[in-house]
Amino acid sequence: MGPLIPNGIISSDWNYIIAILIGFAFGYILEASGFSSSRKLAGVFYGYDFAVLKVFFTSAVVAVIGLYYMDYLNWIDISQLYVHPTYVWAAIIGGMIMGVGFLAGGFCPGTSLCAVAIGKIDGMVFTLGLMIGIFIFSEFFNSLEPLFERSNLGHITLVDSLNISPYWIIFIFTIIALVAFYFSDWVRSKVKKVFY
Amino acid sequence: MKKKKQQNRHVYWNPYFGGFLLGLLIILTFYLTGRGLGASGALKSGVVTIVDTVAPTHAENNAYYSKFIKEGESPMNNWLVFEAIGVLFGAFLSGAFTGRIKLRVQHSPKITSKRRLIFALIGGILFGVGAQIARGCTSGAALSGMAVLATGGFITMLAIFGTGYLVAYFFRKNWI
Repeated sequence: MGPLIPNGIISSDWNYIIAILIGFAFGYILEASGFSSSRKLAGVFYGYDFAVLKVFFTSAVVAVIGLYYMDYLNWIDISQLYVHPTYVWAAIIGGMIMGVGFLAGGFCPGTSLCAVAIGKIDGMVFTLGLMIGIFIFSEFFNSLEPLFERSNLGHITLVDSLNISPYWIIFIFTIIALVAFYFSDWVRSKVKKVFY
Repeated sequence: MKKKKQQNRHVYWNPYFGGFLLGLLIILTFYLTGRGLGASGALKSGVVTIVDTVAPTHAENNAYYSKFIKEGESPMNNWLVFEAIGVLFGAFLSGAFTGRIKLRVQHSPKITSKRRLIFALIGGILFGVGAQIARGCTSGAALSGMAVLATGGFITMLAIFGTGYLVAYFFRKNWI
């Protein structure tokens, strides 16, 4: 039963080879979906291109349905999967800073790597900026640590937070995604086209 | 029209198709490794390695770098670093097949290349700081978090997109 490497079904010697192969597929999918173009990515905030919203939510819905279905079939033990820890204020403040960074720079870390790979100089400068940002955070870690460590709720999921069945959450999440897709097409038909 | 479409290098995959494949990839990643995808972690390993090489004492005394430094092992010896190398190759191959590989600065015709690069640098710095505070970026925190219904993943996603819409007006000249 999965996950395969933590349960010793696949030897951890394969870990880095698998990492490269998964990364390869990740980079290929992102680039082929147009995520190496900052102007395409930024479109989601101005209504002229909703590829980010569609790719992002489709993948999240597919992944969550698939993982819970595999758990139901006993192919994978969902309780063994790594759940990103919830630090409420760090998630909000960090997310807000990332939001401003996205609008200023037009990339996020994964997409900027794709832009670097196809020769976009703006992507290279953004990636350099990321490293400077990580450096600044680390140098000022002592002052940022209270925010970083504050309000730790542990590895919780929406099942714990909302206290309802995961299947209902997935169902509602899927409906929200479908409504968002429909709404985004409607917005796009009203907004002036941008060519890039 | 047909000819025009063939020459247009900005024809990308249908977003639902790309999203579906990405969803399958996330499932596969969790099934194999028990964890999700990431991107900013590789750059953090890069920064830790540079600082540890240039100023080792400083790195060991810093409470953040020292979390990622182990005796006798390079911080680059990390799953996410190998994954990021794969990302570069995968994106390069996709770009190569479609003729998108070219050294250039992409920007709106309303702004200069210089302005685009200055904003790219500022944006990168902010994103780098934010991703460290939130313990992950759009891939590691938001996307991989949402795939297992992590509350923090949803909060980070809402904060990124919500703030993006709030500030979009001020950056409009750069994009539209």
